[in-house]
Amino acid sequence: MSSSYQYQDVGRDLQKKMLGDWYRRLENAPRDGTPVAYLFISGNIGELLRSFGFELLYPEVNALQCGIKKVAGDLILKAEDLGYSSDVCGYVKNDIGLATSGNRGPFGTLPKPDLLVCNYSGCNTYIKWFEALAEHYDAPVFLLDVPYRRTGETQRQEDLDYVVAQLEQLARVCAEMTGKPYDPDALSAQLENSRAAEDLWVRILESAQHRPAPFDAFFEAVFFMAPIYVLRGTRECVDYYEAAWKEIEERMAHKLGPVSEERFRVVIEGPPPWPNFRNFWELFKRWGVCCVASTYSKVGGIWDFGLRHDPRRPMESLAEYAVNCYTNWDWTLRRHMLERYVSDYAADALVIHSVKSCRAFSVGQADVREHFTRSRDLPTLFLESDLADPRYFSEAQIRNRIDAFFEALEHRRVAAVRPVA
Amino acid sequence: MSETQHFRKHGKSWEEIVAHCRVLVLDLDFPAVRAWKQQTGGKAVGCFPVYTPQELIAAAGGLPVTLYGGRGLLEIDHADSRIQSFVCSIARSTLELGLANHLDWMDGFVVPSICDVARNLSGVWQRNFPGQFVFYLHLPQNVDSASSLVYYRGELERFRARLAELTGRAVSDQALQSAIRTYNRNRELLAELYRRRTVQPEQWPASHIYALAGVGNVLPREEHNQLLEAALALGESRPRPKRDWVRVALRGMFCEQPPLELLEVLEEAGCAVVDDDAQIGARFFLEPVADNGDPLTALAEAYLHQTVLTPVNNPGQRSRSEDLLGRCREKWIQGVVFASAKFCEPALYDAVRLKRAVEHAGLPTLEFEYEEKMTVFESVRMQAETFVESVLFFS
Ligand code: SF4
Ligand code: SF4
Repeated sequence: MSSSYQYQDVGRDLQKKMLGDWYRRLENAPRDGTPVAYLFISGNIGELLRSFGFELLYPEVNALQCGIKKVAGDLILKAEDLGYSSDVCGYVKNDIGLATSGNRGPFGTLPKPDLLVCNYSGCNTYIKWFEALAEHYDAPVFLLDVPYRRTGETQRQEDLDYVVAQLEQLARVCAEMTGKPYDPDALSAQLENSRAAEDLWVRILESAQHRPAPFDAFFEAVFFMAPIYVLRGTRECVDYYEAAWKEIEERMAHKLGPVSEERFRVVIEGPPPWPNFRNFWELFKRWGVCCVASTYSKVGGIWDFGLRHDPRRPMESLAEYAVNCYTNWDWTLRRHMLERYVSDYAADALVIHSVKSCRAFSVGQADVREHFTRSRDLPTLFLESDLADPRYFSEAQIRNRIDAFFEALEHRRVAAVRPVA
Repeated sequence: MSETQHFRKHGKSWEEIVAHCRVLVLDLDFPAVRAWKQQTGGKAVGCFPVYTPQELIAAAGGLPVTLYGGRGLLEIDHADSRIQSFVCSIARSTLELGLANHLDWMDGFVVPSICDVARNLSGVWQRNFPGQFVFYLHLPQNVDSASSLVYYRGELERFRARLAELTGRAVSDQALQSAIRTYNRNRELLAELYRRRTVQPEQWPASHIYALAGVGNVLPREEHNQLLEAALALGESRPRPKRDWVRVALRGMFCEQPPLELLEVLEEAGCAVVDDDAQIGARFFLEPVADNGDPLTALAEAYLHQTVLTPVNNPGQRSRSEDLLGRCREKWIQGVVFASAKFCEPALYDAVRLKRAVEHAGLPTLEFEYEEKMTVFESVRMQAETFVESVLFFS
């Protein structure tokens, strides 16, 4: 990037540094006597755990890192040697592979859990995953049961009450483990930070409504969203989004975007193929494709429809947050989200990346394709691979499908502007 | 005169009863359900296989029908474009049943939160059958929390209200208690059937038990109870020869069902299946559900605290491996067969850990995957024969 720009690459570089520091804190946790809680990204109630002094570890993020760093394949094979089927979630196998090799990954050596918080939200596999880790580490599990957010009904109060009751129970467990009483002020202070970060993050997400979009809401969002998922509630997280927003503003001022010439705007549904992340992105860039909205960037929280953490209602707003993560929404809600994105972000097409590992994400995606192609007449590209397992990424096949799709889309566009003879 | 009364009066043979049940279990046009609707004018409600409190549907005057997919008898044609190929068969073939009009009798569909696949299927169903009554029922997984009981009772209350809208009949506590009694009786009879097999496996072949138990999924429970009573009375009237068996527990069939031939092949190979989790939804409780006091609390208590363990309900303080090993001790089991439905993640995860625990306890195991549409059983037969030989001759 040219030196006349002040903020370019801040969004990516700063988060890299923050994650590096966080992993170092984790590595040092046993030495520092800091208790460690493992939890999941979707519906994570990290602020509550942090208010008791826990350092947080997210096995999914480790799995993602292993995918990007191309070590997932070996770890997955290791778990398969232990008896795990080739058909179960690659994230779990990656993590079992890690756990049984001393927890050493590309990010350093990871501490054992003092507490496993299965903040169940939208994925049953989470339960099975932490059952396995509980046995491996002989660590206690707290299962936070988050009911599925169901169709046609406004947010149900009883769902929230139920989650709040369990959060209070979790607070008692944490107090007992750490010897610290529950401190609502400490929690609220974090939630204030969460809310500030969420405001900025939504601003960044919505910037993609501009033409050209200054930001790729899938391929870049995966970096930009990391701090709000793993460090939400901290001051540094807010600082990060302030810096990242400056980068976006600068891009908008200079009409800069993730592709040199924005030719197609797409909405993407589904997670990325981590082991082939770069190649996958390149295949789209070649066609001048920019993703203007994605659902993957909502797995750890949906804030662009108005929800925020609220320091005045700490437990209630944590509950509300946990219920409203993408894969905890049923398909009618998910479909409405996609429809809204297509129209609000003026998308030309929908791209669905269906990953075998994650049934929570993928079961129903083929049906949603039916819906968009048949009932909405929206061009829809359906691709299949995996988010963790490199064996399922067939580059030649995926390239062919992408090329054929955008070629047809271009053709359709040319045909549409050609005057009728 | 109903078919079952007919059996009792005329004392049809065991073989005839079993054959009759088998036909009803496997008929994808659900003739028994259609006949019931015609006779009663009532509403029939499909239920995905695990943990629907069917007592509530019955108490509302409806007929609960457990859906077990296409039984391997259905080409997946329409469902292919809705659900990808890496998903278990039961989800795909149940949707196919609907799309191919085999379920046109169905007035409603209850999908409990069995797993990620089932959960997402509820939404796919809603889009493909707009306007149909679809109820998604959550089962709390935080079983040890007091809040779970409150929540689940509320969930059942909401279900009760929706059912009343569907059937036009409010569900009184008395009606529900009476349904609970009928279902308790049904589970008692099923338990007796399984108990007899445990004692004398040769007399009660697994595929026979399967058909007798399975027919309950398409009949009113009162009728199923009569049928089971008749079958129990007849069952031992024609003694079968004893043979050299290995007594096994079979795990992995709690949701998607195996082809009946698979059970037969295992038995032919010498496995006496004396404990299994096939069609477990119908015999989910370790104790009878309380039939006095508040019936919704009784059902909620039962679902949270008195259930058998399956890969899709949380054990809380109980240990899955202890539970299985305890059953093995109780029933003199010599080996455990882990047969998971292909792509069924919950079963596949549990198989890893349970297999380790069972082997650690010194019991041999056999593991394979099955599919609804499986037609070739030779490899399973060979594996099972080897397994049986190794237990009989070497351990
Ligand atoms: S199934 Fe999906 S949400 Fe669940 S652990 Fe695997 S990747 Fe994560
Ligand atoms: S429990 Fe297994 S068989 Fe049943 S729907 Fe889920 S994945 Fe399919």
